[in-house]
Amino acid sequence: MRATLAERRIHTDMKPLWFKAATATNPGLLVRLGAIGAVMLSVTGAFAYTGGWLSPERLTQDRMMAAFRDANGTHVGFRRNHAKGVCVTGWFESSGQAAAISKAAVFKTGRVPVVGRFALAGGMPFQPDAPNTVRSMALRFLPPGGEEWRTGMNNIPVFPVNSARGFYEQLLAFSPDPATGKPDPAKIKAFLAAHPETARALALIKKRQITSGFADSTFNGLDAFRFVDAAGASMPVRWSVVPVQPVAADEAEQPEAGDENYLFDDLIAQIAQHPRQWRLIVTMGQAGDSTHDATQPWPEGRQQIGAGTVTIDQASSEDGGRCTAINYDPLVLPAGIEPSDDPLLSARSAAYARSFTLRAEEKHEKPPSAVTPEKVQAGGKS
Amino acid sequence: MTAQPRFPAASRLLHWLMAPMIIAMLFIGVGMAASVSRRYDLLVSIHRPLGIAILVLCVARIVNRFINPPPDLPHTVPSLQRFAAKASHIALYALMLVMPLVGWGMLSAARYPIVLYGPVQLPPILPHDLTLYAWLRDLHSVLAYLLFATFLAHFGAALYHGLIRRDGVFGSMASWKSMQFARTNRALIQNSTQTPEP
Ligand code: HEM
Ligand code: HEM
Ligand code: HEM
Repeated sequence: MRATLAERRIHTDMKPLWFKAATATNPGLLVRLGAIGAVMLSVTGAFAYTGGWLSPERLTQDRMMAAFRDANGTHVGFRRNHAKGVCVTGWFESSGQAAAISKAAVFKTGRVPVVGRFALAGGMPFQPDAPNTVRSMALRFLPPGGEEWRTGMNNIPVFPVNSARGFYEQLLAFSPDPATGKPDPAKIKAFLAAHPETARALALIKKRQITSGFADSTFNGLDAFRFVDAAGASMPVRWSVVPVQPVAADEAEQPEAGDENYLFDDLIAQIAQHPRQWRLIVTMGQAGDSTHDATQPWPEGRQQIGAGTVTIDQASSEDGGRCTAINYDPLVLPAGIEPSDDPLLSARSAAYARSFTLRAEEKHEKPPSAVTPEKVQAGGKS
Repeated sequence: MTAQPRFPAASRLLHWLMAPMIIAMLFIGVGMAASVSRRYDLLVSIHRPLGIAILVLCVARIVNRFINPPPDLPHTVPSLQRFAAKASHIALYALMLVMPLVGWGMLSAARYPIVLYGPVQLPPILPHDLTLYAWLRDLHSVLAYLLFATFLAHFGAALYHGLIRRDGVFGSMASWKSMQFARTNRALIQNSTQTPEP
């Protein structure tokens, strides 16, 4: 009697029929169903955690892009940084000298085509050219066999930050305050107090010699890399391109009033006149030279190698140019050049990938660039 | 009652070789796409060769499936579940094959070098086209989430067979015991859980 009563109780509660039958005949079932549910939830939770959906404070690609948006506004179809630029092409004539320390095919004696891009730092594609704005040169070396080398270089001696977090916080600190439209000095002060390495780097950057234009600027790779020779030995390096043409101080050049693109116009006109050249200089680091901190210069007097000469003989607008559908990801490296322990390299690779994807998605909505094909055709007279 | 036959050894080997690889790829993928840390570079350089290895193994697996057909599901499995099992297996095969092709294709359309290891690279399989890249990059994400969802359903169903129904379907893929032992084991289980359907 008691047993049947107990059974009746089980059978009259609100559980569905299959469940009642199952639990009545096999009490462990509930536990096992629960276990399956728990496993499903854990796997989903682990996936969501890995994807960053549960960690709002994690610095992700998306959050880095959001910071660029805060700092510069939205500029559909443009690079999120170094947004204003022109494409160039030419070649690299290797001297063969770097082949002793790197087995990369580009360093064998001979000629390799290059596709490059000159740009101004900052995410505003229509900012007026100004002497103080950081200038950049990006290069893509295309040796036969497909082992490409891509690099982006700036005309500053050191980079202002040494981590992805530092870059992110710098973007936010220098973002315009919605109320005033200008960066908030208190925020900048707080940022610099928290990042003494940036304060030190900015002092060095301020002291740099500013030249008259792109063509007589020295561009530095800033991040350290490692060269690996044929025997597998590796050493830390940094590289720069140094203009072959004479260097003129900024004052020599008086931009015409209202010429918002004078740096680009000059460059286009100069290249049209005759090709411009830079020597690729590889600086060899020694034990103790910091490879993980791009805010720190290496000591003077480090041994240098002239790896060859970059010649740029043609410029074109980004619109339709050969540099536009390219991501100058600093980790596109041939065997023979390897990343160092600099955390900026991985950060750049990730951020550039997302920036590249966004502008690819927005390609059809992109307005014309500041330097249009017509302006280039007119010989840089915009 | 007949014991549920197992998948042929080659099929089980391929299944259990690839299952951790694919699950790892899903986690590596979402992890790297949400990272700007040092891990990004490391994960991407694992993601590419591991994905291509999956492509190669998947082709081998499809060939193997023709040589070594899978066992039928037990008669006790209702027809709707049978259909779901079949559909989800087709989806899993399709996604295992398409995911790496989309990955390879999107890097081709963006003209990234498709580095497997050191100087070992794959050639591009699509023309250099930004719009095509954007489209494939989005597709890669959508298909990855779809693969994760299908895998989750598959995993849940496998556990349901293994823990609730105990009908030998789980063991047909997941048992490493000798055939003889598996058979007696399954017979024992089937006897002990033989209860009339409600
Ligand atoms: C964590 C640090 C950094 C972040 C988040 C960052 C972010 C970016 C982004 C999003 C782009 C646009 C990429 C594209 O859409 O193709 C870009 C371009 C560029 N960056 Fe950085 N950057 C960082 C550090 C550096 C450093 C250290 C250098 C210097 C060597 C550098 C040099 C350049 C150059 C030259 C370009 C222009 C490339 C081109 O012309 O296509 N960046 N950066
Ligand atoms: C079974 C094969 C594969 C699976 C399951 C898989 C999975 C994933 C997942 C889940 C993501 C992140 C998507 C997002 O959150 O937006 C991803 C991104 C990516 N995958 Fe794959 N993938 C596979 C094969 C490949 C292959 C073969 C390649 C290249 C050769 C590749 C290249 C990439 C790249 C470049 C990204 C984007 C990274 C970024 O956004 O920075 N994948 N993959
Ligand atoms: C840990 C997780 C996993 C478990 C426990 C598991 C278990 C099983 C079981 C029991 C079967 C046999 C089902 C039947 O006879 O109908 C099976 C088949 C199958 N599994 Fe999994 N599996 C897992 C992960 C995966 C993953 C990640 C994939 C691929 C994306 C996958 C793909 C397949 C396919 C395609 C079949 C059908 C094989 C055929 O009919 O040729 N499994 N799995």
